[in-house]
Amino acid sequence: MGPDGITPADGNAGPAPAADAHPADPLLSLRDASKSFGAVQAIVHGSIDLVGGEAHALVGENGAGKSTLVKILAGVHQPDTGSLFIDGSPVLLHGPADAQAAGIAVIYQEPTLFPDLSVEENIFMGRQPMRSGRRIDRRLMRAEAMALFDRLGVRLDPGRVCRGLSIADQQIVEIGKALSLNARVIVMDEPTAALSATEVGRLFDVVRTLRAAGAAVLFISHRLEEVFAICQRVTVMRDGRHVLTRELAGLTTDDLVRAMVGREMVQRPTGERGAPGDHVLKVEHLTREGVFTDISLEVRAGEIVALAGLVGSGRSEVARAIFGIDRYDAGTVLMQGRGLHRASPTAAMAAGIGFVPEDRRQQGLVMDMSVQQNVALASLGRLRKAGLIRAAAERAFAADWAVRLKLKYGKLTDPVSRLSGGNQQKTVLAKWLGRKPVLLIVDEPTRGIDIATKAEVHQLLVQLARDGVAVLVISSELPEVLRLGDRILVMREGRLTAEFGHADVSEEKIMAAATGQLQKQAR
Amino acid sequence: MSAALTERQDPSSAPARTSSRKLTERVFRIRESGIIAVLIVFVAITASIQPRFIDQANIQFVLSNTTVYALLALGETMVVISRNVDLSVGSVLGLSAYVSTNLFGHSPGIPVPVVFLVGLGIGLACGIANGLMVAIGRVPSLVVTLATLYIIRGIDILVVGGNEVVAQTLPSSFIAIPRANVFGVPYLAIVIAAVIGAGAYYLRSFRSGRELYAIGSNPEAARLAGIPAGKRVFTAFAISGGIAGLAGVLWAAQYQTIDSTAGTGYELTVISAVVVGGVAIFGGSGSAVGAAVGALLLSTISSALNVLGISPDWDQAIAGFLLLLAITLDRGISVKLTAALRKRSSGVGT
Repeated sequence: MGPDGITPADGNAGPAPAADAHPADPLLSLRDASKSFGAVQAIVHGSIDLVGGEAHALVGENGAGKSTLVKILAGVHQPDTGSLFIDGSPVLLHGPADAQAAGIAVIYQEPTLFPDLSVEENIFMGRQPMRSGRRIDRRLMRAEAMALFDRLGVRLDPGRVCRGLSIADQQIVEIGKALSLNARVIVMDEPTAALSATEVGRLFDVVRTLRAAGAAVLFISHRLEEVFAICQRVTVMRDGRHVLTRELAGLTTDDLVRAMVGREMVQRPTGERGAPGDHVLKVEHLTREGVFTDISLEVRAGEIVALAGLVGSGRSEVARAIFGIDRYDAGTVLMQGRGLHRASPTAAMAAGIGFVPEDRRQQGLVMDMSVQQNVALASLGRLRKAGLIRAAAERAFAADWAVRLKLKYGKLTDPVSRLSGGNQQKTVLAKWLGRKPVLLIVDEPTRGIDIATKAEVHQLLVQLARDGVAVLVISSELPEVLRLGDRILVMREGRLTAEFGHADVSEEKIMAAATGQLQKQAR
Repeated sequence: MSAALTERQDPSSAPARTSSRKLTERVFRIRESGIIAVLIVFVAITASIQPRFIDQANIQFVLSNTTVYALLALGETMVVISRNVDLSVGSVLGLSAYVSTNLFGHSPGIPVPVVFLVGLGIGLACGIANGLMVAIGRVPSLVVTLATLYIIRGIDILVVGGNEVVAQTLPSSFIAIPRANVFGVPYLAIVIAAVIGAGAYYLRSFRSGRELYAIGSNPEAARLAGIPAGKRVFTAFAISGGIAGLAGVLWAAQYQTIDSTAGTGYELTVISAVVVGGVAIFGGSGSAVGAAVGALLLSTISSALNVLGISPDWDQAIAGFLLLLAITLDRGISVKLTAALRKRSSGVGT
């Protein structure tokens, strides 16, 4: 079971290949793969070469075919045409087991682990080392798991159960499993989407370790800064086609964005910012023990207030407390001058608050219900006649919002789980906009959404503010904070540490306030 | 973007790995030690009020009363761990008890081991039927075994008719089985304890045993890990059925009068024992030993009520109350555990 499949970097990686489009001696090579689902052509020309010792970024908008390409490599989908070579010889993957046997491991954004079992069992399930009588050798299993984590340079107790592990640690478990399977090609499908900055840093260290050991890493991310931080080469896909493969050195974010969307991102002109009106939300000295302390903020009509800070700084928790999902210990929440019952989302909704949660799949949508049912879900009161929901009214209501938000869908009666991430997020927005909220709280409005849809969502929020809605946006992405926020509040470890107007703010200032380098300033 | 917010931290600043392991181990030991503590406290209180409770006769009585339940709980544990449930065990027990011991009347002189084999065979057949429908038919086990609970009971009623097996037809060597003692401990209880020990060891130390936990903990992840879930679940049901068949023969030896109502309602008692014993009702965790202690606790309580002169009418209410208590405790522990583990989560502080 010695997990030593990854040979040292000097073994097969060799010196970094020259800056040509197809590097020499790739570990894995996918050529001209195509795949269609019914009438939808997910990939037309999918090609990628992965070289040992290199982290290769795959970028593109949602719907560009990245996920399909990943699933082809994972053996989940079989391509209609095209071929896959590993170490130069053609390989057919009939299922995930074949991919595993071929040395390909896929780390998904949210790993599927056994929460009740120990970390080591998760790594070795079905392959536990055995001693006499086919019994599991727990000691050896522990030692091997420790050895894996040592090689990865992370500290994780192999004996603890997986329940309660952070997403980042769960990914580490999956990476450990990949190592134990002697995987030489490690595909990471948007691994950083749910990670805090510190965790991203550690993941990058692990990626460097894997590279140093000669593995080929395919890194998929919407965050281009991360791509530049960790990868050596990039492949851009657009509309199911391979657009370019280059060495990252010498490229800029703008180059990549242009290659991905074929146009530049529009910045929000200052003229779009209207004059704020009356106070809509006023939060005073809100405190929840151990979570956040003495939070006072206000949002006016027609204003977008952005709440920035590191993941875990308590931003989402404040939003949840305002909306009444979580309790708070002290302080008051006033909506249009009237006190709001604590811990009652119903009261919050009645007072005109809409809340788009951070995790749309778990908290924002009912995944098995149709698009139209999801859109109508928060407005059932208005669509009801004699206690019954009229399907026609529901449909008209949903169709109306689908047009306004440029929602892309097959049929309104399709389950919402079939939509892309961006369109799911639009569905959640439509659900709340349908209630005509006075205040809209949006937690991570564009997480895991492609750039074009992101711009649409931004535009939508700006338009809402112009129509007089008060908007509170929580975001971990600084460009988003800068683009949207009329005022920017920064939280750190449960406290508000800074407030900036849009004119005098910069990424550096926000970062300083979020990390504590700027104490008691600017407030 | 958020990479710009990167705040580097040396991974070695992680809390020591031993501390979190100790914590997990402690809490996990609590899972069984908790119920053992409850058992001891309960016995102590009852004995202080009525010393007769811990005399040899009563201990023997409680132990031999427990054997059938504890045995059934072993099979049920394997099924429940895999996120399934077997509601048919009571009916299987009843059918097996009648059909196997009826042979004594029909073919006098039939060897006792053959009767046990017949009981085992009946149970296996029922368990295999359950297993096939759950594993291949992909029908939820709650539905399948609810149906077979009625079907098998129905067959039992048809087979038994108005008859019953009575003690006079049973050979004395058969009746003696539950009564044999070693130093005052029923021989049968020792054998059953050994069987449960073996079952617990299997679940703990063999790949296929661990895979039952994996299937119950996260079926999707089990599929991705290449675990033959259907095969494992099928086996669990077959074993549970086989055990129920054997338990039927033992039940007959103990009660000696077998009509078509034998074992009615046992499935719920057994599931209670399993859950009280710390097996998570939605699978993934728990142990066969815990389940057996759960069975012991339930029969201890009903005996205590008897000894203390409290009406056995209280039996069911108290069993139900215990069940709630167990589930509440279980939930409380798992919430605390999750929170504690999250806090101690590895090298990255968020």
